[in-house]
Amino acid sequence: MTQQEYENMELLRFTTAGSVDDGKSTLIGRLLYDSKSIFEDQYEQVKKTSERRGEEGVNLALLTDGLKSEREQGITIDVAYRYFSTPKRKFIIGDTPGHIQYTRNMVTGASTANVALVLIDARNGVVEQTRRHAIIASLLQIPHLVVCVNKMDLVDYKEDAYEKIKDEFSNWASKLDVKDVSFIPMSALAGDNVVDQSVNMPWYKGSTLLYYLENVHIGSDHNLIDVRFPVQYVIRPYNDEFHDYRGYSGRVAGGIMKKGDKVTVLPSGFTSTIAKIDTFDGELEEAHAPMSVTVLLEDDIDISRGDMIVRENNQPEVSQDIEVMISWFHEKPMQPRGKYTIMHTTREARCVIKEINYKLDINTLHRNLEDQEIRMNDIARVTLRTTVPLFADPYRRNRITGSIILIDEGTNETVGAGMII
Amino acid sequence: MNYQLNHLKELEAESIFVLREVAAQFENPVLMFSGGKDSILMSYLASKAFYPAKVPFPLLHVDTGHNFPETIEFRDNWVKRIGAKLIVGSVDKAIETGMVREEQGANASRNGLQTAVLLDELEKGKFDAALGGARRDEEKARAKERFFSHRDEFGQWDPKNQRPELWNLFNGKKHFGEHFRVFPISNWTEMDVWMYLAMEKVELPNLYYAHERDVFERDGILLANTDYIQKKPGEKIVRKKVRCRTIGDMTCTGVWESEADTIDKIITEVSTTRVTERGGRTDDKRSETSMEDRKKKGYF
Repeated sequence: MTQQEYENMELLRFTTAGSVDDGKSTLIGRLLYDSKSIFEDQYEQVKKTSERRGEEGVNLALLTDGLKSEREQGITIDVAYRYFSTPKRKFIIGDTPGHIQYTRNMVTGASTANVALVLIDARNGVVEQTRRHAIIASLLQIPHLVVCVNKMDLVDYKEDAYEKIKDEFSNWASKLDVKDVSFIPMSALAGDNVVDQSVNMPWYKGSTLLYYLENVHIGSDHNLIDVRFPVQYVIRPYNDEFHDYRGYSGRVAGGIMKKGDKVTVLPSGFTSTIAKIDTFDGELEEAHAPMSVTVLLEDDIDISRGDMIVRENNQPEVSQDIEVMISWFHEKPMQPRGKYTIMHTTREARCVIKEINYKLDINTLHRNLEDQEIRMNDIARVTLRTTVPLFADPYRRNRITGSIILIDEGTNETVGAGMII
Repeated sequence: MNYQLNHLKELEAESIFVLREVAAQFENPVLMFSGGKDSILMSYLASKAFYPAKVPFPLLHVDTGHNFPETIEFRDNWVKRIGAKLIVGSVDKAIETGMVREEQGANASRNGLQTAVLLDELEKGKFDAALGGARRDEEKARAKERFFSHRDEFGQWDPKNQRPELWNLFNGKKHFGEHFRVFPISNWTEMDVWMYLAMEKVELPNLYYAHERDVFERDGILLANTDYIQKKPGEKIVRKKVRCRTIGDMTCTGVWESEADTIDKIITEVSTTRVTERGGRTDDKRSETSMEDRKKKGYF
């Protein structure tokens, strides 16, 4: 591979969710194997384990099961990250288990994904778990959803079996908030339409899964409209060469920042002009999400971590009352009127659960107004009141400035994650 | 104008974000530096993250006393170049003072002893975050490692009790006496590391490039000839053109026959190779879950 080639590669993150039975591990194994991302020693180890257990053939699922306890129980209990690449793109797979008790893992894996793969067993059609995965993908605003109609070999590669599932899913999904849905009929076990075009389904004219993953347009997955720069760290070198240097470093969370732009700093409301966008590799004319840069302003204003640099005429909502859809992670249920630490961008505050509006049934989208107990793996709409104002955008508009986590003040554990409405 | 970063620039931006997050959230971080390419990359990214200021935390090297001499020479030059402070923890000293006991026999390794010295140094320095160059693609127990990995007061990792990490939000909160391991290059693969080091023209220890060396074979792995390893009967020294894919102790780092004497040739070699880089590490081969077991005890 030449330098020019790998300097043109892009990064795509996708998430898979599924149970042991719908062929998810086989699908990932197939992608890794057919794209030649499995090494001999990994393969040998899995082969040895399969033999020792008296299993027929090589169990590719073992490649994706990481921890000892999981291998013993034959289940995946956490998010595991896998990597493979083709000359066009590098892929990060957030591999999560699909059972209802692992909703929190699915939410975690989905939070940074560009693409969600939802697996359907062609024999069973759309089942509860399919709906759950699609609902989570929609709540987490994964920009692209691919419905993989798997095990086509077990329905004799029949077009009408595929079409029926496609219709059923499309009708149901019309009430979801997903922008881009695609369907691919495949057999992960036999290799149809995963990496290579299937000869068994000549009626299917679309792309294979790998072709889709290599080519789906992800250029507009980041918000390039609303300038949002949460200040992460203040750089002050304190040496002779950079005596008066005061740089605000951070990762652009939205929009395109340009040298010379008039900006407003929140919460103070002071205005200034971008004097310089600096990096180790030299000055930049402009910066966009998700770049990590250092911004210098014309005026000497007091700015610290947790402040946000925005454009004068395009500002987030500055508020202490935040409405969120929250996914609960912890065995200890959410405490009504409970107080938690809240992290939002680089800003931190305390908050109180003011009101639980409803609990969402993640299999049916039904809103339960009565049940006020929010337990692990539940998703609910709640109102929070924070000790200081947050600079918030709706999650639909920006996944970075629209997301929060809640931390238990006693144990320091992350107990919930929320999407701002 | 194209507003899509290439994959190396996106990985760089993510790692820089994590490094700055560590400087912002912790009082006394330290960067664990082994002299291998991953910790070279990590410290290089740290010098980018805080430019034009200096890296705001020291580098910690646990010297097992069994390092390749080239590693130590490179380390000292590198630390000078990036203007960082270096702390060295010595396994030799720990053996002398009786803090740890040396393994005996032909397969003796100081890998396990490193952990005790590391934890001791972290305690002595009162460090609350230790940055490591581990990657998730290296080994299956690492595939589930977080960027911010919480360790209890004994330095232990509990794989079943890990904090979920979502979006760009990293929870570094802890009780007194606990600390964090932070892995800024979690999402990089071996290939990404090489491509990036080539793109940025970063200097590396000569051990990574093919060179002539006295070696011998054990259990299918070539090891460098050194006084630190007791030879078994029948093990013959031969001279071969080899290079290291990872750099650890001389006692457990396998070398590979290779003609790759430039970084471009290494990239070609890595892209066609069929064995993982840790395939040459005898410390991983002790059992199927050896990495997971060591991590639970505080290894990084």
